[in-house]
Amino acid sequence: MRIIRLPLTALRWVASCLLLGLVFTHAAQAGPLDDAAALFAKDSFTDTARAIELVAESGAEHAGPAIEALNDRRLFVAADQTVYFRDAAGAFIALVSGAKLPSEPAGGNGVRVNNRIRSVINTALGTLTLQSPDPAKRRAAAEAVFKSRSPDSETALQAAIRNEKIAPIREIQQTALAAIIATAPNRSDIDRLAAIEVLKERGDREALTPLNQIPAEAGANVKDAAKAAVQTINNRLATWSAVQNAWYGVSLGSVLLLAAIGLAITFGVMGIINMAHGEMVMIGAYATFIIQEIIRQNAPGLFEYSLAIAIPAAFIIAGTIGIAMERLVIRHLYGRPLETLLATWGISLILMQAIRTLFGPTNREVGAPAFMSGSFRIGLIDITYGRVWIVGFALVVFFAVLALLRFTPLGLQMRAVTQNRRMAASMGIRTARVDALTFGLGSGIAGLAGVALSQIDNVSPNLGQSYIIDSFMVVVFGGVGNLWGTLVAALSLGIANKFLEPFAGAVLGKIALLVFIILFIQKRPRGLFALKGRAVEQ
Amino acid sequence: MTLTRRSLLATSAMAAAAATLPAMPAFAQSGDTIKVGILHSLSGTMAISETTLKDVMLMLIDEQNKKGGLLGKKLEAVVVDPASNWPLFAEKARELITQHKVAATFGCWTSVSRKSVLPVFKELNNILFYPVQYEGEESERNVFYTGAAPNQQAIPAVDYLMSKDGGEVKRWVLAGTDYVYPRTTNKILEAYLLAKGVAKEDIMINYTPFGHSDWQTIVADIKKFGSAGKKTAVVSTINGDANVPFYKELGNAGIKATDIPVVAFSVGEEELAGIDTKPLVGHLAAWNYFQSVKNPANEAFIKQWKAYKKSDKAVTNDPMEAHVIGFNMWIKAVEKAKSVAPDAVIDAIVGVEVPNLTGGISKMLPNHHITKPVLIGEIRADGQFDVVWQTKDLVPGDAWTDHLEGSKDLEADWVNLKCGNYNTKLKKCG
Amino acid sequence: MITQAILARLDLRGRLFLGAILAALVLVPVLNLVVPAGSPFHVPTWLVSLLGKYLCYAILALALDLVWGYCGILSLGHGAFFALGGYAMGMYLMRQIGTRGVYGHPVLPDFMVFLNWKELPWFWYGFDMFPFALLMVFLAPGILAFVFGWFAFRSRVTGVYLSIITQALTYALMLAFFRNDMGFGGNNGLTDFKDIVGFPVQAQGTRVALFALTLIALAGSYILARAIVTSKAGKVLVAVRDAESRTRFLGFRVERYKLFVFTLSAMMAGLAGALYVPQVGIINPSEFAPGNSIEVVIWVAVGGRGTLVGAAIGAILVNFAKTTFTTGALAPYWLFALGGLFVLTTLYMPKGVIGTYAEWREKRRERATLAAHAASKPAE
Repeated sequence: MRIIRLPLTALRWVASCLLLGLVFTHAAQAGPLDDAAALFAKDSFTDTARAIELVAESGAEHAGPAIEALNDRRLFVAADQTVYFRDAAGAFIALVSGAKLPSEPAGGNGVRVNNRIRSVINTALGTLTLQSPDPAKRRAAAEAVFKSRSPDSETALQAAIRNEKIAPIREIQQTALAAIIATAPNRSDIDRLAAIEVLKERGDREALTPLNQIPAEAGANVKDAAKAAVQTINNRLATWSAVQNAWYGVSLGSVLLLAAIGLAITFGVMGIINMAHGEMVMIGAYATFIIQEIIRQNAPGLFEYSLAIAIPAAFIIAGTIGIAMERLVIRHLYGRPLETLLATWGISLILMQAIRTLFGPTNREVGAPAFMSGSFRIGLIDITYGRVWIVGFALVVFFAVLALLRFTPLGLQMRAVTQNRRMAASMGIRTARVDALTFGLGSGIAGLAGVALSQIDNVSPNLGQSYIIDSFMVVVFGGVGNLWGTLVAALSLGIANKFLEPFAGAVLGKIALLVFIILFIQKRPRGLFALKGRAVEQ
Repeated sequence: MTLTRRSLLATSAMAAAAATLPAMPAFAQSGDTIKVGILHSLSGTMAISETTLKDVMLMLIDEQNKKGGLLGKKLEAVVVDPASNWPLFAEKARELITQHKVAATFGCWTSVSRKSVLPVFKELNNILFYPVQYEGEESERNVFYTGAAPNQQAIPAVDYLMSKDGGEVKRWVLAGTDYVYPRTTNKILEAYLLAKGVAKEDIMINYTPFGHSDWQTIVADIKKFGSAGKKTAVVSTINGDANVPFYKELGNAGIKATDIPVVAFSVGEEELAGIDTKPLVGHLAAWNYFQSVKNPANEAFIKQWKAYKKSDKAVTNDPMEAHVIGFNMWIKAVEKAKSVAPDAVIDAIVGVEVPNLTGGISKMLPNHHITKPVLIGEIRADGQFDVVWQTKDLVPGDAWTDHLEGSKDLEADWVNLKCGNYNTKLKKCG
Repeated sequence: MITQAILARLDLRGRLFLGAILAALVLVPVLNLVVPAGSPFHVPTWLVSLLGKYLCYAILALALDLVWGYCGILSLGHGAFFALGGYAMGMYLMRQIGTRGVYGHPVLPDFMVFLNWKELPWFWYGFDMFPFALLMVFLAPGILAFVFGWFAFRSRVTGVYLSIITQALTYALMLAFFRNDMGFGGNNGLTDFKDIVGFPVQAQGTRVALFALTLIALAGSYILARAIVTSKAGKVLVAVRDAESRTRFLGFRVERYKLFVFTLSAMMAGLAGALYVPQVGIINPSEFAPGNSIEVVIWVAVGGRGTLVGAAIGAILVNFAKTTFTTGALAPYWLFALGGLFVLTTLYMPKGVIGTYAEWREKRRERATLAAHAASKPAE
């Protein structure tokens, strides 16, 4: 965004930038800060924008903290028009003098901020912190200047490039400079061509924005070069978009997998059409909410670990409810799979309404710990940490369940009971106990899925409903009673969905997959990986 | 045909039982109260939005009774649960009117629920107050629309984004859930933007199904669309449940409001209560009311609501304000007409003025829509909104938009023309 | 002749059921139209429509019972056939609106004008004629069921798998109908009907007539279903239900029987949907929701699976409970009641109301015979 400037201050601006380029000095320039305070007091966005520039130009030591305070809405205008801010330590500081105030002035009104002001703040802070001693801040500042492309930052940027020791940061600074040169008016075509080359080198989506903004007055060769650069970047992005779709598919698939593993046990292994499976997922999500609430109120410091605490909690809560369900209702219905459908559907209605009564019908907030927010970049695609954790979590849960079934005595007993109940009983296995534990395990894993889903979806009583049909599709498609089938089915459905979506749209893609599954079941009635042997006859 | 004696007996017993069925509700009617119907889903997918509206109505009716009721009688709320099931909405509306003899009904949220009950209210000649922003293109004698019409929400929001303060947006993503409100709103906006000189390739329209939860592809598309060198904004008519995963994905993908702002028409305080809003600071919403609006009427209302809900965290939102306005208008109209008879109230209510909660006076117009201010708010870190812009005067609701071919010649006026869809070109009604 | 042939097929329960339908057919219209509104015996019109709605559900439950109770096909997609029949009727009703829509377009329904459609999509042709619409009421669900069943039964998809793919079917249809681009009105569906074969839909007389028609359709469906299950083919169906492989080994073409009864049942469901739409005044894609189809299964289970009459009674009972529970103070708790009903029925009344009653009577009779036996024996 371009910033309006009064021509008179242009000179002073350059001067102060030079000053900034060296070191912060104690130059107490009363003028601009007085003007800024007057403008802040007007509280119109245009005046505020101008005031920020004045503060940035002032070179005062507290200019940075003041602008930061404005960003966080800690800059106030008192009833007597004194403009002051609360610094990070909580002290009140007058804007004009920079002196600490003995107490908060009366009638303080926060100066309003909107997106336009935030952009101006980002530019100003970016310019001010280009040479901050903290490398992370320098990097952020360079990125901010790259985004704003404000020619006002050019001088400061050049100074920063000269002093920068860390190569990656210098690279960002150079692309920022190139972005300014490419888009600013009145530059020589030679400079612009060089800038375009630098931007092409950067080669990501962000580089497209300045390349698309070459001023109209530029020469034809510059425009052609920009066009060619855009073309090159777009081609590269197109290649990467396949990778991106595949990643999105894997991440969608891992969500499906998480939701379906529990069902693969209750439905796939035990043969119970568990319509309340979705509600177990929902309960897991609510367990996460409860844990976070407790942590927020009692030990805010533990918030980063809230999900780690929620994982066992959700497993135990959902598992216990599952065991209770099995003992009270489902054990009376073994051998009547279709009737388990009715009973569990009833249970799902009860659980949903119970949660609605307890927690209210509205969504509940589940926060993301810092390590799950943000994203990183591989090649030309952005990958969010949250999704990476979910994919990892899904795989861990999957292999843990696999190991549990294969290597533990409980797993052995479970397989024995489901394969031949009477034989297992005559070998001394307490089948009733194994049934309860198996169902509890399936439900508990659904609860684990809830912990993960709380990070990407609504935590509301309806949460489970949106996953139940998808989960059944995954289990049936993969082959009942086969965990590997569930894995393959979840991932392939996720990836197919994401490759169909750009062409067919979200709805048609999903319909196409449903029709595909219906047809596939005709061809292979037992799914991808059918169990061989006796189990087929059941 | 021969019937055995036993079967004959049984048959007549069943018939007798069937005959007593209708007599049962008769004792529910009594003369000393005025009944008010509340038709909001308390279960099913819409409970998430509608339950608070039921509570707000109960609170308002309570308050009115404390003030001595209406026309010397107490008000009595009749709550029914249409369970987010559209045919059940029609059934329950019929039940409210014929069985419980309500004087007026406050209810519905989705367009389809309103469309479902509409024939019932017309047939039985009763009154419905509809409190939610909607797609317009409708004006009925028996319905009062206290939510925003498209000209009271969508168009001012776009105007703001095109202004200097809004960031001079040049490129637009219109993203919505695939149903009639987003479809119509986007159609109107597209026509409006084209008329304002926005090129066709600078508008991207995208529809997703209800409850869409995997937004990775669409958020990536938005990012891609936004990198064409022009300032880009997203106008979101994404409905209810799908918003949370959408905003979570936006936050995760690092799209900040200063890069690509999202202005939403269906996201209010209630929806934000379920999201961590820190990554969303600066994204916008357009409404006719925000909880953060500072004035005595609003502060009193918020206090009353928090006390009623016995929770300090309870939030207020736009459709709640619409019910407050609608209820007060109805009270005034009944007092003016000295009767709760629907015909008398329908005649009396046009022109009635009541204060709204944002400091203005809203008025019921002859087209059964009301005047409202339009406010643009930016999301704050605490889940509330900062009002960054608002219309100078109240905007009258327009039932038929001027920006669409089919409806620009239509006009609604229930006072002089006695018609909801008068065609000014053909000079006839309908 | 015919009555005798029918009666021959009916047991006492069936005769009672038809008797009740006949009584309602006479009583309800009389009590509504003739008895004055003030009288305690007057049946108000809203109740006529409400009962009509229950009866449509009863036909749907009957259709499901025919395939589930007698052939062992647990369809979780019967709501789809119901909705398709409903849409066929809804499209006819939309075309009847003519120029009375808000935009006054002579051909296009309002929602198409709204979305800037210029001409009628091909699949809407013919729906202005009642006979064609009526044909489609049966054909649309019938063909879908036939094609679906053709594939599914031939490849021997059975039991749980079949249930789940029928669920996928209705879910896919729901997603499709929700799309506005499909041309079926999207989420708003079809509504604001004016008249049906020339009579205003809202009029009291039309409502009573529709109610009576629904009753007749219920009776007809019952007689047809009863005729099938008591025929030789019916015996084969039961055999398929109880031991499909064994029946196949005995030389019966199992899939043909299944396909026949599945298609017929889908058409019945379509008819129910067609009668439902003018009485409730709206059809919308949520009728395809998988939850709705599961609810139908519950009605059958509550009434008594494999009893036909029980299915109808179950549908009426559950929906009556729904109406009562969703009003007033009980409103927030009705899902508990509904959920509890599902659990308790499957646990304690696996044979449903009718089955349990029959069992109880059987026991009582046995006890009575035993007692009589004991009494006739002199004590020693």
